[in-house]
Amino acid sequence: MSKTNQTNSVVKWVDDRLPVFTFMQHELHEYPTPKNLNYFWNFGSLAGIVLVTMIVTGIVLSMHYTPHVDYAFDSVERIMRDVNHGWLIRYVHMNGASAFFIIVFIHIFRGLYYGSYKAPRELLWMLGVLILLLMMATAFLGYVLPWGQMSFWGATVITNLFSAIPLIGEPIVTWLWGGFSVDNATLNRFFSLHFLLPFVIVGVVVLHIVALHTHGSNNPVGIDTTGNDDQIPFHPYYTVKDLFGLGVFLVLFSLFVFYAPNYLGHPDNYIPADPLQTPPHIVPEWYFLPFYAILRSITFDIWFLDAKLLGVIAMFASIGLLFILPWLDRSPVRSARFRPIYRQFYWVLVIDCFILGIVGANSPDDPVFSGLDGFQFIHLGMMSTAYYFFHFLILLPLLSVIEKPDPLPASINEPILGGGGNAALAPGKPMEKP
Amino acid sequence: MHKLATIVSLWMVIASGHSLAAGSALVPAKQNWSFNGLFGTFDRGALQRGYQVYNEVCAGCHGLRLVAYRNLTEIGLTEQQVKKIAASKTVKDGPNDEGEMYERSGRPSDRFVMPFANKNAARAANNGAYPPDLSLMVKARVGGADYLYGLLTGYQETKKGVEIPEGMYYNKYYPGNLIAMPSPLVEEGIEYPDKTKATVKQMAQDVTVFLSWTAEPEIEQRKRLGIKVLLFLIILTGLLYAIKKRVWSQLHN
Repeated sequence: MSKTNQTNSVVKWVDDRLPVFTFMQHELHEYPTPKNLNYFWNFGSLAGIVLVTMIVTGIVLSMHYTPHVDYAFDSVERIMRDVNHGWLIRYVHMNGASAFFIIVFIHIFRGLYYGSYKAPRELLWMLGVLILLLMMATAFLGYVLPWGQMSFWGATVITNLFSAIPLIGEPIVTWLWGGFSVDNATLNRFFSLHFLLPFVIVGVVVLHIVALHTHGSNNPVGIDTTGNDDQIPFHPYYTVKDLFGLGVFLVLFSLFVFYAPNYLGHPDNYIPADPLQTPPHIVPEWYFLPFYAILRSITFDIWFLDAKLLGVIAMFASIGLLFILPWLDRSPVRSARFRPIYRQFYWVLVIDCFILGIVGANSPDDPVFSGLDGFQFIHLGMMSTAYYFFHFLILLPLLSVIEKPDPLPASINEPILGGGGNAALAPGKPMEKP
Repeated sequence: MHKLATIVSLWMVIASGHSLAAGSALVPAKQNWSFNGLFGTFDRGALQRGYQVYNEVCAGCHGLRLVAYRNLTEIGLTEQQVKKIAASKTVKDGPNDEGEMYERSGRPSDRFVMPFANKNAARAANNGAYPPDLSLMVKARVGGADYLYGLLTGYQETKKGVEIPEGMYYNKYYPGNLIAMPSPLVEEGIEYPDKTKATVKQMAQDVTVFLSWTAEPEIEQRKRLGIKVLLFLIILTGLLYAIKKRVWSQLHN
């Protein structure tokens, strides 16, 4: 690691003993980055910024929040009414959770399209999946804290999933609750864990970035960088590009925070939790809907495994198989741009995930199209769940063998120069304005 | 532990029950509220009339436990008026030095006095039905202010073939259509000091505005700040785009 050319003597003194300036110079300034990254590569740093925002707003909220079944709901309303700008902090935190998931979902689908999970980035990808799992746990725990009707009943339904485990299921649920129902002990530990997990996420994010900086970013062409012609320093090129992306994100985010803060939430959560009254329709937050659809789609027993247990297994497997994705897709070509068949099925998967989300938001017994009573959401859910697993477990291994990829360019620089010498118009930048 | 299994299976079939319960309720029409939109604000006249409707009609049964009398200065009442309103209420306080609970007149810092001592007393006085607290009602219902206005104006004589049980009323916007609350508003039921004619529609509109304020008292501050934040961010983003173009143009040459 070469030393930075620092002129400031204090900086030099510090850097000699603790090379933080050298580190920043290497990882944030010089860090060589493929020059053809498109705007889909903005979402990683964006996710990091939202994570920090969530932690900062969350810490302020925790200063005013009371994790007790008798006071939790009212303490949140106190934040909304009596704490200076409390409504702003809470709405940023609330909508920040949704924004975090939108960003991370786009980030993941970017990885799927451009094959960012393939060698040598398997561990980078697996750490990312771990972050998604931690985020889901954190979001679930956080949604319980305001202690509204959906908080309480969502917690009841989700913790009850563990009772599907044979023999030890019910003791586990009692252990999770710290009692015989979702009650004060549950709320207290959920608050404690909701405070803890974001810092665990930060830890995994650090590992994610270390893994990223080991081999550098993948790129839209999906081939390794071959030399300095292919790379540019992170600063100023990507710092300014990421800042511009952040600006666009903040405009959209502000529209939600200031003008539709409860659009993505459920009205029932403004009713205080009542263990004696079940809401007519228990639905999770929107980002859980596809998984919720998979959970409910298994309605049949297989041998000794009952439908409920299978549903839980399917739901966890839907994320679990992302861990082994680098070994399911054996195609040596990373980017879907050079994979004519995979490219099409990728979009089928995207549509499939949207359909799963729609199924999760609807009652299983309702007809999908009015007037066509025989075709209910449960059927659509089963079909789209089946496709989800078919895509990863059968199609990807199969395509690795039968698909004939298009010829790859020799370097990242080559298609750029071949495209008329204007890098901004290169095929690597479908989203960029000319 | 059997209960747990019941809860889960309950949740699995909940959806079907839901569609039955909500099947016959109409979707209330959208109203043109002054607090909608980018620059939305509350009409102070409507807020104050709405408070009067709440105070004279709703407060007999429905609480407003999250709102304090001092908050009424935000709807345009003076501190003197608020003090007078608070003083006209009886608040249970204590214990005092002798350990006794006692009654005193209200202060602006008090929360709205609840109409019943507890949930059971409320049910006992209302034929077994619990009149919910209205502080967050507009936020806690699908449709928000439009739903509340619809509900207050949606009472009808029974529809053909619909049997109405004792103590229930027919409302075209209420989920399931059978509501335990009788139509609360009657033509000219109250007298507005500003001479506005107290029609059912007028009162329903005013009290809906008032309850939209109790649910989201921050709405005016939120929208005013939102405009500034958006303008700032749009300009900043434009500048960042220009800088980005400029920085990257060095690369292309």
